[in-house]
Amino acid sequence: MKTLLVVLAPVVLFAQAAKDTCVECHTVMDGAIQRPALLIKDDIHTANGLSCSDCHGGDRTSDDPTVAMSRAKGFVGKPKRTAIPQLCAKCHASPDYMRRFRPQQRVDQFELYKTSVHGKLLASGDENVATCIDCHSVHDIRAVKDAMAPVHPLRLPDTCGRCHGDAQKMAKYGIPTNQLEHYRTSVHWAALKNGDLSAPTCASCHGNHGAKPPQVESVAAVCGSCHVLFAQLYEKSVHQPIFSAASGGGGCIVCHSNHAIHQPSTAMLAGPQAVCSNCHEPGTPGAKTAQQMAQWLDGLDAALKHSEAVLASADKYGMEVSEAQVRLGDGRENLVKARLAMHAFQPEEMHKPIEAGMAVAGETLRAGQAALHDKDVRRIGLAISVFFIAITVVALLLVIRRLEANGSGYIEPSI
Amino acid sequence: MASNGCSGECAGCKGAGAPGSESRRTMLSWLLGGGAFASMASFLYPVIRFLNPPAVTEAAVNEVDAGKVQDLKPNSGKIVKFGNKPALLVRVSDTEWKAFSAVCTHLNCTVQYRDSTRQIWCACHNGTYDMSGRVVSGPPPNPLEEYAVNLRGDEVVISRRA
Amino acid sequence: MTMNGKAMHWLDERLGLSAIREVAAHKTVPVHSATRWYYFGGITLFLFGVQVVTGILLMFYYRPTTAEGFESVRFIMTRVEFGWLIRSIHSWSANLMIFVAFVHMFSVVFTHAYRPPRELTWASGIVLLGLLLGFGFSGYLLPWNQISYFATKVGADVAGSTPVIGGTIARILRGGEDVGAATLTRFFALHVMVLPILTAGLIVVHVLLVQKNGMSTPPWISAARVRQMKFFPNFFLREAMVWYGALAVLGALAAIFPWELGEKADPFASAPKGIRPEWYFLAQFYTLKLIPSHVWIIEGELLGILGFGLLAVCWALLPVWGVNRAGEARTRLVSGAGIFLIAYLAIFTYLGYVK
Repeated sequence: MKTLLVVLAPVVLFAQAAKDTCVECHTVMDGAIQRPALLIKDDIHTANGLSCSDCHGGDRTSDDPTVAMSRAKGFVGKPKRTAIPQLCAKCHASPDYMRRFRPQQRVDQFELYKTSVHGKLLASGDENVATCIDCHSVHDIRAVKDAMAPVHPLRLPDTCGRCHGDAQKMAKYGIPTNQLEHYRTSVHWAALKNGDLSAPTCASCHGNHGAKPPQVESVAAVCGSCHVLFAQLYEKSVHQPIFSAASGGGGCIVCHSNHAIHQPSTAMLAGPQAVCSNCHEPGTPGAKTAQQMAQWLDGLDAALKHSEAVLASADKYGMEVSEAQVRLGDGRENLVKARLAMHAFQPEEMHKPIEAGMAVAGETLRAGQAALHDKDVRRIGLAISVFFIAITVVALLLVIRRLEANGSGYIEPSI
Repeated sequence: MASNGCSGECAGCKGAGAPGSESRRTMLSWLLGGGAFASMASFLYPVIRFLNPPAVTEAAVNEVDAGKVQDLKPNSGKIVKFGNKPALLVRVSDTEWKAFSAVCTHLNCTVQYRDSTRQIWCACHNGTYDMSGRVVSGPPPNPLEEYAVNLRGDEVVISRRA
Repeated sequence: MTMNGKAMHWLDERLGLSAIREVAAHKTVPVHSATRWYYFGGITLFLFGVQVVTGILLMFYYRPTTAEGFESVRFIMTRVEFGWLIRSIHSWSANLMIFVAFVHMFSVVFTHAYRPPRELTWASGIVLLGLLLGFGFSGYLLPWNQISYFATKVGADVAGSTPVIGGTIARILRGGEDVGAATLTRFFALHVMVLPILTAGLIVVHVLLVQKNGMSTPPWISAARVRQMKFFPNFFLREAMVWYGALAVLGALAAIFPWELGEKADPFASAPKGIRPEWYFLAQFYTLKLIPSHVWIIEGELLGILGFGLLAVCWALLPVWGVNRAGEARTRLVSGAGIFLIAYLAIFTYLGYVK
């Protein structure tokens, strides 16, 4: 008997532990009460052995609904929206608890949330702001790396945009609702779509749990976390104190915008769309500097394109110019460095990379022209050789003619 | 019939053609011989030039001379051309040398050595690699390929690892 | 005696050259409407000679390793004096040689020169054609660029689908399970040693047979009634003209359309779009693509390979089924088969290109 109990006990216990009456019962119901039970199979919590009762309370082992969903067993039903963060934080803010599943997972999300705009508004009773479940979903919560998660980099802008792109929802906060639309036109979104998951989404600049727009003085620091050298040059430049004092936001976004960050070009420096002319009147030293820098950049770009075209033409003729084409890459690097140097807003800084780039453009142009010249030399050589061959062939023809003038070399049939 | 009435068919002259053709035959021989010689020369000239080895005898793609030992101070690096891509040579200490592909695995910018942090850094988007080529921070998805460095006398030689 | 005459006499006493001179003096070529086709065997031989010479020159600089194969060819094209010329001539001449070999073969078909006593000449010729295709296949890999690497992969896979022995054949060809450094080494050995020795030997046999049996006259012309042209000097002078002309064509192709370098092979990259073998394998390649994956219970590719094998054997046996009991050529049957084969090859090569 004792042995039987010992043998059966683990089976019974196991059966009890695996028993999930919440899911069992709710799966066979209809409508809104059924949905969570169907969704939960995709949930990361379920994959770790947790169930409904771990959040909602109650007893998952009991077949009796009055027991399974009793207050005595801690059942809380559908939590109030203002209570959601605390509910999640019950586990997610506990290092001891999280250590059982993922020791390296952060446990400060709730603390961060409390500092965020969403957190502060929720604490004051506003139920319309985002809580944990609005971004992470509820009942089918997936890991961030899961491409189907609402907080996956490729889906995050849509998730934020669900509220922040809704004019009605944002009306009472006075926040614009064009961010998502603008972001979709940006180089960062284009990079993300192209597969570079390191490109920034909303959370990269605004924070995720502690979401708050970067303050004026920290914009450059935020952009500078990737675009280090640009930020460094900008911080030391004349524009930094001027932009910081400006209303409506300072730093990089004055010229580059915050959400609609497009591919920069010299059109931003000079011309009808120029950003510089927003402040610098034509004829002023600032405008002249901008003009000069635009000219240099355009000049180097044109020189490199010209070299590229000549090399391509030589390549088409079959000449081997791959080394020069690779060297052209150095020229392109100098152009990039020149565009970087622009952010010091001082012409002398830009001059060095421009000169280096022009030297490469000159070098590669000469290589291309030499290749084209070689092509001509080859064809002349060919012509000479073909000429001598032609002479020989004609001579042979004449020899044959002379030889056979009197019919020699042929044997007539005997018949 | 030739202008002097001779047909060239008589036994004595047969095969030699009409009189006056001797000069033409010589001219033809000259033409044929000259043409053949000139054309052969135009074939032989490239062949001889071809057999003469060019100044640079090897295409440096597996191994490249990266300068002299004394040219690089400890805790500094320099970019060297390796094949048709840049390579980064770093003198870690007096005796330790390292070399990597200098093409950042994020968007192909050229990386550089940072002596202040003793790490490899990419200026484009702040990607950082450690001295084994592994990504430490930033957007690069893959590590840098490491090359072998050997000293031949006072020459530093970078080569691909087997 | 002239200097030349003295020298010839000295050699003749020791080498017995006068026997060769006798044969040479008596060699004749029939003169008729199809005489122009007699040139094509010689052109093939000439182009083969060009390949040997340019091939030897290339070997002075080429290195048959995955690390240096591509770079050494690039070195030849960019740094070696006239390297571009030698390499481009080698590549162009290879293609021209195979094309001319096909022309030569089909001219033999339509003039019915395969009939007795020239059956062995035909058979050796078919084997030679196969060897030339082997040259093309092995040589194509040596520059180790993307196109040649993946084309070889495809080719080796196709060879591997031969029944029973396919797997072994593929492994021996590749020198392993994948196309790689081992493949390059053995393709190089095949290309510069094995195939040249076999081809040279068979060429000697083929040419000797031609000398022994003389030039064939097409069946619609009475051999006794046809005019004969002496080979030396008459036909020989004409042939020299043709060979020189071929040289001019090769030079022009090399100078105006130099052969491409391509990109270095990257086994980890995906195959370039629309990868296909060289034109002389294109018809078979496209045929294999057309065959459905399974015909009844037999695998499609297997059926294709067996089909080609059968076709090759039948074609080699042309002198058997193309000649009747009386030793006369079945001209209509064979010419019909020849036209059909040309049409198949032409159409499927074209389709292989555009699809």
